[in-house]
This record gives sequence, structure tokens and C-alpha cells, in this order.
Amino acid sequence: MACIEARGLRKAFGTTVALDGVDLTIEEGRIVGLIGPNGAGKSTALGAILGLIPYQGELKVLGRDPWKARDQLMTDVCFIADVAVLPRWMRVSQALDYVAGVHPRFDRAKAEAFLAKTVIRRTSKVRELSKGMVTQLHLALIMAIDAKLLVLDEPTLGLDLLYRKQFYDSLLNDYFDRSRTILVTTHQVEEVQDILTDLMFIDAGRIVLSCGMDDFAVRYHEVMVAPEHLAAARALGPIHERQVFGRGILLFDGPTQAQLAQFGEVRTPSIADLFVAVMGAGAPQAQGAAA
Amino acid sequence: MTTLTDAMGETPLETRAVAPAPLAPTRPLYWSLRRELWEYRSLWIAPIIAAGVALFGFSLSAIHLREHRFNAMALDPARRALVMTLPYDFAAMAVIFTGVIVGAFYCLGALHNERRDRSILFWKSLPVSDLTTVAAKAIVPLVVLPLIVLAVVLATLVVMLALSTVILIAGGMDPATTWTHVPFARMPLVAAYGVAVLALWYAPIWGWLLLVGGWARRAPFLWAVLPPLALCVVERIAFNTSHVGSLLLYRLGGYTDAFTIRMHGKLPAEALPGLDPLAFVSTPGLWVGLAFAAAFLAAAVWLRRYREPV
Repeated sequence: MACIEARGLRKAFGTTVALDGVDLTIEEGRIVGLIGPNGAGKSTALGAILGLIPYQGELKVLGRDPWKARDQLMTDVCFIADVAVLPRWMRVSQALDYVAGVHPRFDRAKAEAFLAKTVIRRTSKVRELSKGMVTQLHLALIMAIDAKLLVLDEPTLGLDLLYRKQFYDSLLNDYFDRSRTILVTTHQVEEVQDILTDLMFIDAGRIVLSCGMDDFAVRYHEVMVAPEHLAAARALGPIHERQVFGRGILLFDGPTQAQLAQFGEVRTPSIADLFVAVMGAGAPQAQGAAA
Repeated sequence: MTTLTDAMGETPLETRAVAPAPLAPTRPLYWSLRRELWEYRSLWIAPIIAAGVALFGFSLSAIHLREHRFNAMALDPARRALVMTLPYDFAAMAVIFTGVIVGAFYCLGALHNERRDRSILFWKSLPVSDLTTVAAKAIVPLVVLPLIVLAVVLATLVVMLALSTVILIAGGMDPATTWTHVPFARMPLVAAYGVAVLALWYAPIWGWLLLVGGWARRAPFLWAVLPPLALCVVERIAFNTSHVGSLLLYRLGGYTDAFTIRMHGKLPAEALPGLDPLAFVSTPGLWVGLAFAAAFLAAAVWLRRYREPV
């Protein structure tokens, strides 16, 4: 059974179409990055998957209809919307008590063990914690829940480098195993590049690219082409071309590494470069900050 | 960064083998109530402060308790009991009135603040249904707050009684004058009845405030209060009638049907009002109000479910 299965998923807010017939299948045990520009429909897609908003079309998460069965679904699904949603009045001990009280799959000892590695005190209120510490607390709560699907919506927004690295390290080392699935949206694509197993680009409410990271390395190549080879390289139909220090960098979808090696140094592009190539036709600078 | 294969090679978490203990269906409701009391500490702090203020006033008046008692003893027995009981009535009413105000502000904020601070995304990430959440927030003014208020009222009465006894003994007077004239046996009953009557009679107000708080993006107080007032104004100008206004006033003060108060001139003839539960449950206003409360709460559940969370 696929973890998430969507067919013709649609959602409109008034006249604005946020999701325009999304088809996607996410198998169990994957770490999927859903990447897209602002307003592409990422949050709407996550909202639908989490049963937070009604939608049209077909959607099954862990075999359930998330809109009809949100509360049951939430025993198997966790999500971190972003760093600022833990109630600010709450004490750390109260957060532990509450989640332990309402969640049948919460292992309090695990959460305590994770918190013991931080400087967070049980008596502190959330409002007294730094942004990074709030994220640690939320992560401690989430990681102690034996869930099948974890959804992360911009989980590291506004955190400093140390917390961001620690966040993903913890997820990989202490949480992820092959039976869990993680779906993450982020603009910080470079920090998830090495942990994803699958990549999806979403734009204007549609999935415009979907590929496994193994395929990614086989399909996409970036070549720094010397000026004398430029014409020959262009003949192979690069999907994107940019200039760095006067040399052309061409991004190809399809041609093998062997075919391209004659033009110059070949490497696997970063997700950010591919993102710019796929999305940035009209606005090449739009995602420059993420690259 | 640790590579994926390293992480995957680790044994699955030991807890996975353990089947989750099934939760009783009431546990989410119980913990939702706990969380309301954590978040809105004014629910119990404000009635206690009101009791403290009443006790402070009573201790100030107790300085002259001896003279007052002398004067009171000169009155006829009915007036005497009334005069001696009034401070206790006032203290109880101060706490109950505070409870009503606190309840109103609690209801306005209960479904509003979780949207404003976006914590609704956290609450909704846990397996607690919208029905359970709204039910917990409705149970607070209908059950929890009345119980808190009642407990504080009774504790206040006990403290006042002890205080007056001590002062009278210290002043060389017989404290039995208090004990025999103030109807202490009936006070808890009247207080419990009054608190329950208010909670039920105001149920549609609690429901309305919860609904408007959940609906309004900002200024829930204005949205809750101004539209009914606007209706009154429109009705007055258009038809020169005031049915809406009388309905609203009836909702605020109509609970008096639950009591029988015999008057003696400008003062009540008895220290405590008589209770008339039969008249109360046969007032259509009670049942119409409860029906409105149910409708408002159902709408609040619907709204929390259907509306985009933030």
C-alpha cells in the first residue's frame, strides 16, 4: 500500500486555484522533498494530506481519507507546521503530559531522553525558549511518537545553521527507519539534498517533476563547457544554461555522462540548480537565494 | 552529515514492538480540559482574587462588628437575620459575578487565541477531534467554572464565619448570635443552585461567544457585542419597537424566574431567596436558550473543522 496516493487532487480558494489536479504516489519508507516556489501549492497539498482542508479529487493517506478521518489519521501521522506553533504559554512538562495524555503511540521516556541531550528545562515555558529550542522540543515530542508518516512544512525556517544541521541529523539517526515515511517541504534545498530519496517539484498547483534521487543522478548532468564546445553541447538540447565566470554551464536531462564528458567537467547538479532550470524559465532570479 | 545507509542500518526502535495501549475515549476530553485550565489560569485565579477582595472588605467592617451586632440585636428578628446575612450574600455574589465575567472572556478567547497564535496547527496535529476540542471548551463555562466558583464561594463563607466568630469571642460577645441568625445550612444549597442556574441560563451566551471567537479574525469582543446592539438600533428606528432589546435583557436577567424573592418594602423579606426549580425548568426561555447554545456549539465545531486553520 502506498503511504500517500492522490489522483486529480484539486483545491481552489475562491477563484485562485491552489491545486490543479495533482497526481502523486509516495511509497512507504521514502523521504520525499516537495519543492516549489512560494504560492505553488505546497502548503495546500500538505493541508489536504493532513486533513486540515477539504479538497476535490481522490486522496488516500495510509489508506484513509484524511478529510473524513483526521483524528484517527493523526495517531499514525505527525507534523511540524513550522517552528512557531507550539503554544507559547505551555510549560515543557505540560507539553509532555498533554501529548502523553492524548496520543496512544507516544513514548514519554524517549521524549525525555531526547530532551536530556538539550539544555531545555522542564519548568520553562515555550515563550522563554529560543526558536531553536522550541524546534528541539517539538522534535522531541514528534520523535517519541511511533508514527508511520511525518510531515514537515518548512521545519527549519529561521533557525541558525547549527540547529538546522542537528535537526536533520536527529531525524536520520534517531527517527527514520525504512518503514517510516517523511514528507518535507523547504526552501533550504541544499540541506535536504543528501537525505532525500525522492524529489518532487510543484508549480502552479501541479507536480512538474517527480523522480527518485537515484534516477536524479543518472538523468541530470551539469557540464561546464569550454567556449569552443558550446555549439556542439547546445545541440544535445540542454534544459538550462547559465554563465559563470564567462563559461557556460549547461544542464542536461537525458544524455549520459559519457556523452557529455567530451565537453568538459561533468557533475550531478544540485537540486537548487535543477529547480532554477525547471521553474525559472520566466524568473531566473526568483529562487537565487536558495541556490 | 550521517549518511542514509548508516541510519537505515540501525535496528528499528525498540518501542515499535510494543502495541500502543488503547486509550479510553474520554482521555482526550480529560486532557483537553486540563489544557484549558493550564492556559486560562484566570478561570480559578480571578474568583479567588474576588473572594480575597470580599474578605478584605469584610475584615475592615469587622472592626466595628461589635457595635453593628449591638444595633442589629435591637431590630426585629427577621430584619436582624437579613442585616447579618447581607455581607455573606455580597461576598458570594461578588465571586459569582466575577465568575460570569471570567467565563465570558474565556469563551471569547478559547477558539480565537489558538488561531491567532497559530497553535491550532499543533493541536490539530494530535489525534483529538474538533468535536472533543469544542466540547472541552464548552464544558469549561458550563461545568468546570461553576464548580470552581462554588468551591470558592463556600470557602469564602467558611472563612467569614470563622473570622466573625473569632472577633465576637475576642470582643466578649456570644458568637452564637451569628450562628443562629445567619442561615448557614441553606447557604451552600442556595449557592450551588444559583451557580447551576446561571451556567444553564447563560449557556447560549457561552455558545455565542465561543462561536464568534472562533470566527472573528480580530476584535472578537466587538463582533460578539455590536451586532446584537445594532439589531436593537435598527429595530427601534425601523419599527419603533424593542423586541430584540427585551429579548437580550431577558437573557441577561431572566434567570430570576428560578428564585422566589418576597419583598418587604425596598428590601427582600428574607435573607436568602426561595428556590423554585420547578418554575425554572418550566420556563421556555431555558430550553430555547439551551437549543440556541447547542446550535452555536455545533456551528463552532463545524467552523473549526472547515475553516483553514490559520
